[in-house]
Amino acid sequence: MTELVPVLSANWDQEQSWKHASYVKGGGYGALKKALGIDKADLVQMVKDSGLRGRGGAGFPTGMKWGFLPPDDGKPRYLVVNADESEPGTCKDIPLMMANPHVLVEGVAITSYAIGCNHAFIYVRGEVVHVYRRLLQAVREAYEAGDLGKNIHGSGFDLDVTVHAGAGAYICGEETALLDSLEGRRGQPRLKPPFPAVAGLYARPTVVNNVESVASVPAIVERGVEWFAGMGTERSKGHGLFSLSGHVEKPGQYEASLGITLRELLEMAGGMRGGKSLKFWTPGGSSTPIFTEEHLDTPLDYESVGAAGSMLGTRALQIFDETTCVVRAVTRWTEFYKHESCGKCTPCREGTFWLTQILKRLEAGNGTEADIQQLLDTCDSIAGRSFCALGDGATSSIISSVKLFREEYERHVTEGKCPFDHAASALFDYTAASSTSEPTTEEAHA
Amino acid sequence: MTYDESTLTQLTADAEQIVSRYPVPRSALLPMLHLVQSVDGFVSPDGIAFCADQLGLTSAEVSAVATFYTQYKRRPNGEYQVGVCTNTLCAVMGGDEIWKRVSERVGVGHDETTADGKISLERLECNAACDFAPVMMINWEFFDNMTPESALSVVNDILDGKPVKPSRGPDAVPTFKEVSRVLAGFEDGRADEGVGAGEPTLAGLKVAKDQGWTAEGGAK
Repeated sequence: MTELVPVLSANWDQEQSWKHASYVKGGGYGALKKALGIDKADLVQMVKDSGLRGRGGAGFPTGMKWGFLPPDDGKPRYLVVNADESEPGTCKDIPLMMANPHVLVEGVAITSYAIGCNHAFIYVRGEVVHVYRRLLQAVREAYEAGDLGKNIHGSGFDLDVTVHAGAGAYICGEETALLDSLEGRRGQPRLKPPFPAVAGLYARPTVVNNVESVASVPAIVERGVEWFAGMGTERSKGHGLFSLSGHVEKPGQYEASLGITLRELLEMAGGMRGGKSLKFWTPGGSSTPIFTEEHLDTPLDYESVGAAGSMLGTRALQIFDETTCVVRAVTRWTEFYKHESCGKCTPCREGTFWLTQILKRLEAGNGTEADIQQLLDTCDSIAGRSFCALGDGATSSIISSVKLFREEYERHVTEGKCPFDHAASALFDYTAASSTSEPTTEEAHA
Repeated sequence: MTYDESTLTQLTADAEQIVSRYPVPRSALLPMLHLVQSVDGFVSPDGIAFCADQLGLTSAEVSAVATFYTQYKRRPNGEYQVGVCTNTLCAVMGGDEIWKRVSERVGVGHDETTADGKISLERLECNAACDFAPVMMINWEFFDNMTPESALSVVNDILDGKPVKPSRGPDAVPTFKEVSRVLAGFEDGRADEGVGAGEPTLAGLKVAKDQGWTAEGGAK
């Protein structure tokens, strides 16, 4: 049995856990003081040696990302924290920042010191006002305590932190779109190279890291590389938040070492709702190919999930039981990608539009057998043909669900309707009769 | 611009403060658009002209940015932005039915506002609270684990002019304009209201404590 390891989540149940005083009482900002006495290059090496990989989905080694910055030329370089958590199913950074914003602020201070940055930014999505309030307050408290500002704790190191609210655009979670947005532009991805490490914010060397990645740094400094690397698997080290949602008895945040399995997590979460059986799930958000009960014992680390045909992503485990129509689920995700496509690249902009048309037809029972092949062909025209990964992500659930549940798509065609009772999937009772006129998002999002 | 003198003075002072947070002034544009909404209740032509004037941009450049982001409203918005999540997870767990009932009650559809200007309705995309599904957001404050009954009760309170309290957030939901001012980066003194974590947020921590599991010696 893999045990849970509360690190980031350890103080979430404490009285006013979001306050500076509460964080300091639990040892907070001790790592910053320690870090300020360590050589910058040694800090970068420490994070490299820990094996910490990006917790925002891609899994790129964090220390290596820091190491890509060119040598200091005396001009500004930036740290930008990606707190634009918007991937469907992903719900870890928002509760983290609500309950414990200071662990992020401390991580920002240590990371900035390590990479030679004197002005860091936290880009948080605009649709979570209370989280933004807590971040604004945390940064103000940190300035007042001397953890930010001029000559931090007598080290000679200066750091300003700006907490910046976005305005509702999933694409801004893509790091180069985020940088354009932070520069006051439409959030559209940039062609890479140059990578942000070379030409990022204001065309200066920039590190863009996910909230959970940065928040993991203080404990690595405080407890050491061996402690961190002792958790997880050979190539996926450390701890991470696993977010269980959907048809489970106790959905929520479960912090464990990487490599835990869904079977283990489900047991801790009280099993499937009402003892029903698991039908499909996402290992890392809606952009990752879906899994079934066959994958209950797949270790949830970057390599094992990849070898099984999906991606660890953000460890956003959306769990659906036997009552759920997979065509309905995939259609709704696809509408999301259509709505959120920034429109820059034709395959993604046009492709997600056509995918939505075909899926809605199929879901309503008005599709044909040929539509299923058309779906796959359209996915072929999108994947790998755009600047960023949004288009690729849009195809993941479609391709994987057709592969795993093709007969369910076919039933929608042969029966001329959705064979599922949608009311049976809901958490509350209502009669199916009242759900027949489900609104479409087609005109809604036009 | 048709702002009266005191409004313009205040706006200008606020804009200066926003610009001072960034090494490059143009970065202030997104918070300034939130600021404009805090005064006008939407991104008004006056607000666009104001932002352009402050940042040395054309109004076309400002409009191009404003129209890209969902939170910037092109028409006067309701006092309360009521959003029901209908992305896959919430929809399946009951969000579709909640949306239907709320929309019927309020009498408007997606991206529409009631005639009295009280409520603007929206079918929300994922708001990062999937472990609290089905979710409703009012002026971007969390209303967790909704049912049609609890959602309608909140909506009825708004229509009756009563304050409503989110599951995780301040003691009462501020108005759209008030929340827009926070999003422009101005604290409203409500950060300490409400809980630190909801029950699902603590689910794993509770299991760990019950089992006596800690991260002290690393994982087993």
